[in-house]
Amino acid sequence: MADETHRNADALLAAIQRDESRRRRGRLKVFLGMCPGVGKTYAMLEAALREVNAGRDVVIGYVETHGRKETDTLAAGLPLVPRARLDHRGVALEEMDLDAVLARRADLVLVDELAHTNAPGARHPKRWQDVMELLDAGLDVFTTLNVQHVESRADTVRQVTGAEVRETVPDGILDDAVLELVDLPPAELLERLKNGKVYLPDRAAVAVQRFFRESNLTALRELSLRLVADHVGVDTRVFRQTQSGVEPWKTGHCLLVGVGPSPLSEPLIRWTRRMADGLGCRWLAVHVEGSRALTGAAQSQLERNLATARELGAEVVTTTDEDLVRGLLRIAQQQNATQIVVGKPTGFAGLERWRGEQRLRRLVRESGNIDVQLVRAEKAGAVAGPVWLPVTRSGVRQYLVAAGVVAATGLLNLALMAVSGPRLPGLVFLLAVVMVALKVGRGPVLVAGALSALMWNFFFLPPRLTFAISAVEDALLFGMYFIVALVLGQLVARIRAQEQAERRREERAVALYEFTRELAEATSRDEVVWQLVAQLGKVFRSPAAVLFPGGDGLVAHPDGSLVLAESEVAVAEWALRQRKAAGKFTDNLPGATALHLPLVTERKAFGILSVSWAEPALSLAQRDLLENFARQSAVILDRIELRAAAERGRLLAESERFTRTLLNSVSHELRTPLAVSTSAAAALAAADAGAPVERRALLEEIVMANARLNRVVGNLLDVARLESGQVRLHLDWHDARDLVQTTLRELGREVGSRRVTSDLPPEPVLVRLDFSLMQHVLGNLLLNAVVHTPAETPIEVSVRREGGPLVIRVVDRGPGVPGNLLPRIFDKFFRAPSAPAGGSGLGLTLVKGFVEAHGGTVRADNRPGGGLMVTVCLPQPENPPNVEAG
Amino acid sequence: MQAETPRPVQTALVIDDEPQIRRLLRVTLEANGYRVVEAVNGHDGVVHAAQRRPDVVLLDLGLPDLDGLEVLRRIREWSRVPIVILSVRDQEEDKIAALDSGADDYVTKPFNSGELLARLRAALRHGQGPGEEAVIVSGDLEVNLAKRQVFKGGTEVRLTPIEYSLLRLLITSAGKVLTHRQLLTAVWGEKAVGQTHYLRVHLAHLREKLESDPSVPELILTEPAVGYRLVLKP
Repeated sequence: MADETHRNADALLAAIQRDESRRRRGRLKVFLGMCPGVGKTYAMLEAALREVNAGRDVVIGYVETHGRKETDTLAAGLPLVPRARLDHRGVALEEMDLDAVLARRADLVLVDELAHTNAPGARHPKRWQDVMELLDAGLDVFTTLNVQHVESRADTVRQVTGAEVRETVPDGILDDAVLELVDLPPAELLERLKNGKVYLPDRAAVAVQRFFRESNLTALRELSLRLVADHVGVDTRVFRQTQSGVEPWKTGHCLLVGVGPSPLSEPLIRWTRRMADGLGCRWLAVHVEGSRALTGAAQSQLERNLATARELGAEVVTTTDEDLVRGLLRIAQQQNATQIVVGKPTGFAGLERWRGEQRLRRLVRESGNIDVQLVRAEKAGAVAGPVWLPVTRSGVRQYLVAAGVVAATGLLNLALMAVSGPRLPGLVFLLAVVMVALKVGRGPVLVAGALSALMWNFFFLPPRLTFAISAVEDALLFGMYFIVALVLGQLVARIRAQEQAERRREERAVALYEFTRELAEATSRDEVVWQLVAQLGKVFRSPAAVLFPGGDGLVAHPDGSLVLAESEVAVAEWALRQRKAAGKFTDNLPGATALHLPLVTERKAFGILSVSWAEPALSLAQRDLLENFARQSAVILDRIELRAAAERGRLLAESERFTRTLLNSVSHELRTPLAVSTSAAAALAAADAGAPVERRALLEEIVMANARLNRVVGNLLDVARLESGQVRLHLDWHDARDLVQTTLRELGREVGSRRVTSDLPPEPVLVRLDFSLMQHVLGNLLLNAVVHTPAETPIEVSVRREGGPLVIRVVDRGPGVPGNLLPRIFDKFFRAPSAPAGGSGLGLTLVKGFVEAHGGTVRADNRPGGGLMVTVCLPQPENPPNVEAG
Repeated sequence: MQAETPRPVQTALVIDDEPQIRRLLRVTLEANGYRVVEAVNGHDGVVHAAQRRPDVVLLDLGLPDLDGLEVLRRIREWSRVPIVILSVRDQEEDKIAALDSGADDYVTKPFNSGELLARLRAALRHGQGPGEEAVIVSGDLEVNLAKRQVFKGGTEVRLTPIEYSLLRLLITSAGKVLTHRQLLTAVWGEKAVGQTHYLRVHLAHLREKLESDPSVPELILTEPAVGYRLVLKP
């Protein structure tokens, strides 16, 4: 029960987060049609005009009207972002100007033909990737799409119509999108086609004819209706899950599809996605990497397959195992897969087919309680070319070595012949073949086996110097020798291949381990960069640069071994902004010459690792390792930064503590004797009430002098506190009138006989301030006025809360301050030339310091008609709370 | 003013590490009829407070061994003897903490002897428990605690319940400082601590009604950053 509620809460939280991330991301609306000509663009433009009328800012990012009049008229009503022109081999191509659209920052962008493939040189190879970036930037997008271009349906479309679909859009994009079906009955569409209302690209008319058959159109229509219906199904499933706490995956199902370097894997992947959708379960795409090297074409096909799986929403797992079946089953058990999907064995060659069937049999036998789904995989035009690199890769040298060893063994046998007889040479040859197998690849071993068998026969088995064998016994011996030599050679060679694969894996692990270990000791950014560049040079022999944000862009760290062109830095900047890999071997700006990986942790993005890859291809394992390097570096950079921040904080706290202790100690040492002297003098004065006048006057002098000294010491200490940042505000609500009254009362004696009038509002003036500090401010201002003005002139203090800030004014009718000195009166130790002796020149400095500590301002002005007006202004960001009567 | 009846000699314990301050206090206090016991650090202070049973304690906050607040707490664990804090300026937080932890009052150095003696008298008076008087008079102000009535110059002043509670608190502790926290807790309850604006507004109204000249308060004085003190006029 508790568990269920918990799961409910989790599901709800996930739904909220999804909602929120959607709010931050733009929303995508897809106008889906069964085929060209149903009026998607028209429907999209109509919807866009409705949005304009609703007051939204809509722009056309890219719309193709194909010169149709109605559509043109609609499009003319909308602002347009000019297209970018790309020059590709002398042909000018037009594409959406992604940066201009981003910069325009409209609410809604119209982008036609989601499945379009961009011209080479554009940022992304596909337009849907442009759209993703727009959505990421928070822009809403309207787009159009034909059902045949939906990745998971492309296969079905091909089967139904026989037309090859080249441009597809991953299904994942549609998951978060709103789908609007633009529907037209096939008969009407054909009518429009006949009237020339449908724009068709210049393809062979026959193909078009074949495609636009009523049976095709009906099938496509059904397909698009079902896609929209399925999509609604996804929505309700997510909803039901939040509402009722049904398991996220309806059943505990988990599908696993084996992915290989064959074009036939792709339909399998699609099939599995459809199946997983239907079951509402998760699915895995597993690739088992063997030791044999793939051809370049097979390698890229494999990467395409895995990318397809990833786009369709699979969890992609790659593992290394010499035995495909064992690898698949291991992952299936680890991941609790309930069904394994594999293709029916194909292959025209008998051997290949036989092997496939053997593997399948083993899979079925060893799968235990996991179901095995056998799916017919086919793809038009997909002729499975050679997948493995031919074994002859071993090189001519190895063949020569093998042949040489066999020849030498032959000579040795000839020499031994006198003592050995015809049969012993067979064993010596066998020994030689095994020795050869320890050093060379499969091909040379085969050659050595065959060659030695022939030599044995020709030179040693009677009748000698012919290939004929006279004795039946010898013939049997020869036959067995042949088989033993071949099998032995093969076995040894396979063990060696496994060993090599093991070694490669270990090399990767060691490289990562070493890198991590070296990096763990890095204590500065420079060391991290140095290690990173050094390791990349050592492990991959590729020059690399590390870029960090600085100035107004990315700046390369001087320890890098790669110098980047300006255009490459721009790619790196994009990668940092998007926190995605970019450049060569990626889907983002693949035209770049270097690969740019962001150094990111969850907390922040630190910079970019740019690698100029030395080889023509980047294998999955290498990419994995590279990404691991980048991730590790980012983690260490993060740690270094956090540690530095902590250290700074500690030092700051330490120095603050020291300053405070020092100030308190000085304060105590100065004040204690002063306090004793002042109190003693006061006590004497009180006790000597009946003493002679002169004596009383002298005592009074001591008391006054002490008071002044006390004040000067206080001011000096306050300035020291202020300058060392030790002044802390204790803000609280106060009645500003109380501040004036209390200050006046406490000044009492020092204001002497001077009359200070106060102009205060009748009601409490509630303000937030530090009462003690503001008492100093006001006290110093008043004392300043008393000291600098003639005895009979008035001094007035007023308090106003004029709307926002609190304004305190102290005005006098004294001589004022010469205009040129006005700005300087708040400076430390500044004393007006005309000032009477006795001041320290610190009072007004403190006034300014304390007021500024409150975030306020203080200014002095000469009054018309003589006198000085000092205005203190304290901002009051908070309104006073209401206080109910009672 | 009431005639001072000859009182028994009272003992004051001075806890301060500065010999000069101790000597000054000894002279001042002995001249005014106190017996003085000195302690040079916090530890001795606590011991003397237990052994010598002083009538009042003068405690410096900045002691070399124990924190003054700690000494205060240790004495308060078992004794209700009046404690007056000796402090310097810039120790507002410590002062407030001491008052909220049970100190009776504070004197800021440099002090004048008149003020010091007045604080000691007030502290001693409150140390004997709440006064018995039902009617308290200060100048032309008369507060009848039994009947909950307040007269100024002979005419009755209407106070709101909150104003009356504030006045009663302040006048029964006349001469003694009450911190914001103490006032807020007593009138509005524990949850109002920190809501100083209540205090500001209601106190302003109280002054408006009771002070002879509200712009120059003489009855209820503000103790900057600490609280309020009501001073009785003869």
